[in-house]
Amino acid sequence: MTITRRDALNGALTLGGGMAITALLPGWARAQSHAHHTPMAAASPGVLSGERIALSIGETPFAVGGRTGHAITVNGTLPAPLIRLREGQNVRIDVTNHLDVDSSIHWHGILLPFQMDGVPGISFPGIRPHETFTYEFPIRQAGTYWYHSHSGLQEAMGHYGPIVIDPEHHDPVAYDREHVLVLSDWSFMHPHRIMTRLKQSPDYFNRQQNTLFDGRPMTAEQRLMWGGMRMMPSDIADVTGATYTYLVNGHGPAENWTGLFEPGERVRLRIINASAMSIMNIRIPGLPMTVVNADGENVRPFTVDEFQIGVAETYDVIVTPAGDRAYTIVSESIDRSGMGRATLAPRPGMAANVPPLRERPTLTMRDMGMAGMAGDGMDHAAMGHDMDGGGAMDHNMRDGSVAPGVDLNPGVDMIAPMPVDRTGDRGLGLDRVGHRVLVYTDLEALSPNPDPRPPARELQIHLTGNMERYMWSFDGRRFSEQVEPIRFARDERVRVKLVNDTMMTHPIHLHGFFFELVNGHPGRHPRKHTVNVLPGGFVRFDLTADAPGDWAFHCHLMMHMHAGMFNVVTVRPLDGDMA
Amino acid sequence: MKRTITLAALIAASPTLAQHQGHDTVEAADPHAHHAMDAQAETDTGDQPERPPDLHVSHDMTQGTETLPDAENAPPQTAEPDPHAGHSAPEEPDPHAGHRMDEPAGTHDDHAMPGMADESALPQSGPPPEAFSGPAHAADTVFPPAVMAEARENLRRENGAMTVGLVSVDRLEAAIGDGEDAYVWELNARYGGDIDRLWIKSEGEGAFGGALEEVEIQALWSHAIGPFFDFQAGVRADFRDGPDSAHLALGVQGLAPYMFEVDLAAFLSDDGDLTARIEAEYDQRLTQSMILQPRVELNLSAQDIPELGIGSGFSDLEAGLRLRYEIVPEFAPYIGLEWQRQFGDTADFARAAGDDPDRWVLLAGVKFWF
Repeated sequence: MTITRRDALNGALTLGGGMAITALLPGWARAQSHAHHTPMAAASPGVLSGERIALSIGETPFAVGGRTGHAITVNGTLPAPLIRLREGQNVRIDVTNHLDVDSSIHWHGILLPFQMDGVPGISFPGIRPHETFTYEFPIRQAGTYWYHSHSGLQEAMGHYGPIVIDPEHHDPVAYDREHVLVLSDWSFMHPHRIMTRLKQSPDYFNRQQNTLFDGRPMTAEQRLMWGGMRMMPSDIADVTGATYTYLVNGHGPAENWTGLFEPGERVRLRIINASAMSIMNIRIPGLPMTVVNADGENVRPFTVDEFQIGVAETYDVIVTPAGDRAYTIVSESIDRSGMGRATLAPRPGMAANVPPLRERPTLTMRDMGMAGMAGDGMDHAAMGHDMDGGGAMDHNMRDGSVAPGVDLNPGVDMIAPMPVDRTGDRGLGLDRVGHRVLVYTDLEALSPNPDPRPPARELQIHLTGNMERYMWSFDGRRFSEQVEPIRFARDERVRVKLVNDTMMTHPIHLHGFFFELVNGHPGRHPRKHTVNVLPGGFVRFDLTADAPGDWAFHCHLMMHMHAGMFNVVTVRPLDGDMA
Repeated sequence: MKRTITLAALIAASPTLAQHQGHDTVEAADPHAHHAMDAQAETDTGDQPERPPDLHVSHDMTQGTETLPDAENAPPQTAEPDPHAGHSAPEEPDPHAGHRMDEPAGTHDDHAMPGMADESALPQSGPPPEAFSGPAHAADTVFPPAVMAEARENLRRENGAMTVGLVSVDRLEAAIGDGEDAYVWELNARYGGDIDRLWIKSEGEGAFGGALEEVEIQALWSHAIGPFFDFQAGVRADFRDGPDSAHLALGVQGLAPYMFEVDLAAFLSDDGDLTARIEAEYDQRLTQSMILQPRVELNLSAQDIPELGIGSGFSDLEAGLRLRYEIVPEFAPYIGLEWQRQFGDTADFARAAGDDPDRWVLLAGVKFWF
């Protein structure tokens, strides 16, 4: 007999006892009014803490929207249990694999010895069926993180859960109550089948294509331009609401996961995008969000009405819902083909208006990496002269001389001719919404960056792909082609520039490190483990290679990783080599 | 390490604070402080933890109180560490408060070039020598190298080496017009990786109530020669009422600019006859599921092949328009209209056989793939 999420929730209701109000959904998101230095009770359903933790990977039926499918779960729940730790402690986690195939757990964003990072084939061999692997590492950080399988496509089937690490001393973020929001995308289609469909027909899941009668006709010029490049301005997300149900804490929109508050409380929302393929736009109509933490690291607070969260990123926001009313938390897929929905309410059973999906965004010149050519980056007409000859356009869009490190093979359909730093840009599709939207340049680390040395060298990595063949790669080379690893010398300081030569936003994740995103706040660059690189743009980050070993580096859109957008970062010498 | 001011009440309640070295702060001497504290805060003993620059401090004032309006949360924009921030200062207008909130929508261009100042060329010198020291694979020092090698190979195959098959019946249709009604199929199947694939292509037609007239099967090796095009080479076998024949086939297939799917192929038969075929089609979406597809197929021959009724030069053209409805993307019935025209000697051969070399047919069919 397996335990479903809902069973666990029912348990929370009956066992919650004195916490009648706050013990609603789900067990682990319950608040701790003032004494937020007291860890959430270890006995809370769905919360695991302490120095010794046992996790069990298995198969569980999962139901949403009236259908039931097969999920891969940890301890029988989707999402997996909240692991709540404290900075400075040690933890031993025994992970038993009850599947008939290998499995693993990667602790996303956690700084730890390489052999504990949980990537089969890089950190360790993986966990064989019906065997147990014991992870053991010290907790050297605080913040909001998550964990997930790094084997096959198990993560897309439910194998993910949140980690919250309380600071060793005082938390500079004050709050009266907190809720963890794990966002994800669930499909009843097996992820292998999703991948196969994408390889067969890359626009398979796009039901918002440009059509003749969609009320937003392209000009002849635009048609020629896009057609000439053999690309589609409607190509925003590969896998969409056509197959995904967007979940919040394992609940579909109709099930309306609800977090409670008392009016006037400062509520900390720890938002984790655990999706396989869905970059999300997050907003709570009527409730401004003060961002206090990104990817586990505190930032100077700033207030927004909406932000785009890449897959694998985390943001902590403070909201202060005042009235005796409910608020809808909207997690809208970047292509607006669907949304997750949850509610903040003073009492269970309340609901607020759910806004309709907004219109699908359209890619622009800026997304093609032609911002420099097009002046303001939005002016299609400015390209007129380039399109007169069609062929000239082709040449401009795949000129290897601007990316000498790229292997210009059939897997690369485009080289952004003039990429620009887009850390000051809003996420795709949010450039025209009429309220405050997070941009990366808003992020400023609360603490000074630990390593004041300037980088000694720069490493350029191009994010490349071919949408027609559904190939994805770094510098034109898929990982399966036996690529040279990315090598760092131990403790060297390097600037890495990621140039996006594709038309999609890629959330790039480096295991084992925080890197400092170069965004105009020198000395206080935000430290992140995952960064969204906007199409036609670049980001730069500075890295101190202080973690010896081998680490995975990849696009966190699962199907992109699976298609080859993956590499290994090596840091040498190892401890044993140090004379 | 991040600590902050905490209310007296909390301090008293929190044993962890015992370790904080207290230090006196000069109240109200802080030009950065910007939020009034509630009365309870005034009782703060000043025994506050040592802090690095910490501007979250504006939040903490609300601990256990309800006095601060939410709008006060905007941080000061000073970059300087401020050890006294927010500590019980008189309320005064904060010139920085709300700074970011005033930002109008859609003005991201204003700050589009962060960090340009430090763009100064860093050497792209590649890794220093020590980056190449040590073992090739770190995990081999912890786990059995043979086991790791196997896991590495799995990982390599998993990330980019996927092989995929596709069977697509692009046309399975009835053609109704003057003369005999016919059925036609065109099947394309492929299997392989991103670059190299095996293609099987088949076309055939027959008359309803009659015999299968012609079946063509090609087996091709396909190799990507560009982002959008494959080179294809292989063999083709024809089976028909008349003499069967075998061909060598050579072609390119792919997506031409402006989104035309094209397939160009040349065939050399075992009799030494050279022919060629050009196919092009274009999908115009009318709605998300309704697609209008113009399609042309042109056949050419280098010589007369009387036994097959083919004359040299342009031998025949099919120009069709099909309107299909995708019930699901994998299954789409369609209707259409096609102009079938034979030219020159080919037309003469057709006329001699009692066929019309210039005719229109109505089409009804289905496209499906898996």
